[in-house]
Amino acid sequence: MSSEDLDVEYVAELARIRLTPEEVATFRSQLGHVLEHVARLNRLNVAGVEPTAHSFPIYNVFRADEVKPSLPREEALANAPRQAEGLFLVTKVLD
Amino acid sequence: MKSDYTATIGLEVHVQLKTKSKMFCGCAVAYGAEPNVHTCPTCLGLPGALPVMNLEALKLTALTGLMLKCQIAPVCKFDRKNYYYPDMPKNYQISQYDLPICERGEVPLYDLAYPKDAQKSIANPGKRVRLIRIHLEEDVAKSFHFESSTGIDFNRAGTPLMEIVSQPDIELPEEAFAYLTSLKQALIYGGVSDADMEKGQLRCDVNVSVRKRTDAAYGAKIELKNLNSISGVRRALAFEINRQIEALERGETLRQETRRWDDDLGETTLMRTKESAHDYRYFPDPDLLPVRTEVFLDEVRSRLPETPWEKRERLEKDYGLSAYDAGVLADDRPLSAYFEAAARGSARPKSVANYVMNDLLSALGAAGQTVEECPVRPEDLKALVTLVDEGRINSKQGKDVFSEMFSTGVDPQTIVRRKGLQQESDLGAIEALCREVIAANPKVVEDYRGGKSVSINFLKGQVMKLSKGKANPALVGETLQRLLS
Repeated sequence: MSSEDLDVEYVAELARIRLTPEEVATFRSQLGHVLEHVARLNRLNVAGVEPTAHSFPIYNVFRADEVKPSLPREEALANAPRQAEGLFLVTKVLD
Repeated sequence: MKSDYTATIGLEVHVQLKTKSKMFCGCAVAYGAEPNVHTCPTCLGLPGALPVMNLEALKLTALTGLMLKCQIAPVCKFDRKNYYYPDMPKNYQISQYDLPICERGEVPLYDLAYPKDAQKSIANPGKRVRLIRIHLEEDVAKSFHFESSTGIDFNRAGTPLMEIVSQPDIELPEEAFAYLTSLKQALIYGGVSDADMEKGQLRCDVNVSVRKRTDAAYGAKIELKNLNSISGVRRALAFEINRQIEALERGETLRQETRRWDDDLGETTLMRTKESAHDYRYFPDPDLLPVRTEVFLDEVRSRLPETPWEKRERLEKDYGLSAYDAGVLADDRPLSAYFEAAARGSARPKSVANYVMNDLLSALGAAGQTVEECPVRPEDLKALVTLVDEGRINSKQGKDVFSEMFSTGVDPQTIVRRKGLQQESDLGAIEALCREVIAANPKVVEDYRGGKSVSINFLKGQVMKLSKGKANPALVGETLQRLLS
């Protein structure tokens, strides 16, 4: 994807960020540089390099299936905007 | 369905895994607890909290994959599926995108998995529905919609959720029913999940499109939501396929959309159209390291159970049961275990199966008990079948002894002895009774000798009466014939 194809407004909408036209222009330029850099990486010959799914060569960090104590409910709800009957209350949503 | 149309159906099934703790934190997995009592910074999505994978959840997913003949990926990883909704406060769900743990595989649709009323007319017997993939993700919180606000309970947030995606191989509502029934049974057999749809342990999204058989291109894909039972899935599909065909017949154009099934009204209604479809912008989760499955696959293979369909075949082969009997027994894992305990080494495994499927099941049903609580020990049932088989008691008495065994838990030999039910098989004693009856009924004896062969039945009845039902009927018949010839 080149910077001309980059739809900054759509990406902002996906991220639920409202941008001014000036900000859209700034981000188009800045994100364009990022994409140029990635495009350069894409041109490298990596035929002999094993693919990795992570930047660290570490695999298999697991935990055993054991129950640990949870937070007391008052603590879990401490940051709730509103609460009732042990539930977090938010603006009504419909799916 | 009108015969010039065909439906294409694919299912996405979400399964809650039977782990003790959540997918990425140590909070308990518990159904029906008070709201928000099983939460921590990780499953509440608080900044800075880091996830760590539950190994058992990975193993259960791989186990499901092995049971369903999937290919287990040598390496898999977790990705972030980005969306904004209050049931997932970190604004992404941890899921698997391009490297899921299992790929391909299949679910066999066997006859008894179909709805009862459809078992006589199965369109594609022996059908197997291919799978695309099975992946692991975290479940989201539960939302409760009130008048003016939405309440969120995070107990379910972060619990391990396995998603099984089928190829669009299903053509009929009855096949979707059979697919879910067969899949559910495999999950229960593997101890992977309790798979109770009413408790939300097994949830299902359905994609269905309709096209004329003569058309090569698929019709518009419609997704159905809010399906809460296997029979509900069948009803929803029957309604939706019919609705789509009628719309096409009226000359309407169908568009990709999501519809909600209302089980009470028996109809689907529009939820959203494709325009508002999601763009999840998946990317690898940098908080989680990739998984090499080889380190736990050997252990998972050692846990691989016999699948329900393998058991069905083996019961037919090893015990000479009919396909139907083997199916009924294999459908119920504890019942089949009970049957095998009773039938192993028995000369009459088919009779054992009959007792298990008729007398035992109805007695358990009447008593409201499960097979595990059954008061009749399997070896006692085997002994009872042997007593009947050897003619020491007749089959009518066998039923009575069984009832007594069920209500008292006493072994059949003791009951037979106590009730004096033992059949008289002593030849001398039977001969004495026969002679007595012959002497008392000269007219009937004369008829018999005169060629009225059915008269012997009257004499036989008299001997049985005299013996209070204890004489071995076969021996009585033989003895009478011998004495009268």
